[in-house]
Amino acid sequence: MSPVPVTHILFVSTALFFIGMYGLFTRRNMITMLMSVELILNSVNINFVAFNKYLYPGKLDGIFFSLFIITIAAAEAAVAIAIIINLYRSHHSIDVEDAGELKY
Amino acid sequence: MSASAIIFYCISAFILGAGILSVTTRKIFRSAIWLLFSLIGIAGLYFWMDVNFIAAVQIIVYVGGIVVLIIFSIFLTQKAGEEMPKPITKRLLFSILAVLLGFVFTYRLIDQYGFKESSDAGSFNVNVADIGTQMLSTTEHGFVLPFEAVSMLLLAAMIGCIVIAIKSKPEAKEQISNNKQGM
Repeated sequence: MSPVPVTHILFVSTALFFIGMYGLFTRRNMITMLMSVELILNSVNINFVAFNKYLYPGKLDGIFFSLFIITIAAAEAAVAIAIIINLYRSHHSIDVEDAGELKY
Repeated sequence: MSASAIIFYCISAFILGAGILSVTTRKIFRSAIWLLFSLIGIAGLYFWMDVNFIAAVQIIVYVGGIVVLIIFSIFLTQKAGEEMPKPITKRLLFSILAVLLGFVFTYRLIDQYGFKESSDAGSFNVNVADIGTQMLSTTEHGFVLPFEAVSMLLLAAMIGCIVIAIKSKPEAKEQISNNKQGM
């Protein structure tokens, strides 16, 4: 048996997920919202690795899922920052409230 | 309580503390640095779980890549010393409420589910050679198709970033501003 029950690891990842959600709800700055999304993706990775280790130790599927998530998160961050910089060029602000042309 | 458990609780407290500070601090640069600490803590958690390869990838990709990219974009777009405006009280209140509600609901589900831990979790060790073999194998449990798909995605993202962020030529810019004036 492991020294720590698996629910405690899941507690950490759940708490991290909702911390990221809180950041996504309250922040209006695009870069900080992107950072919250990174926290959320990381909490999902912890989940995959913990399930792999404690529930199915004979397989490697959780490892592969977290590797693919890390790759896609890197691509997503790069695209998001390109969009943010382009938005800053046209609006001189990266606050989401200032970019409302497509809203209505 | 064994030493391993104490290390786990220290790492988790570090991750959660840095994460909370990262979403609540009002200086954007400090927020990025707290995010960096939180990601390093997560890498430590992977080391604690004996998945050294994922921990190394986490440090290389997140700490070495994404956080540096975020800090660069902060320098390009923000005045780093300025404080961000406070969120509206009503929005703050409701988001705290929603997050707490969601957390309690989800953790209650996890707690009640009763995960059956496998008895040989201690024998779990990830060999990098095994990861490589399974990643590129074309048999039933191989991951070569997602691997190829993800490599195409990375290429597409790279080209897309360059196309989005490229500076338009001066005459094209003038045309755009003329169009704006015309409208």
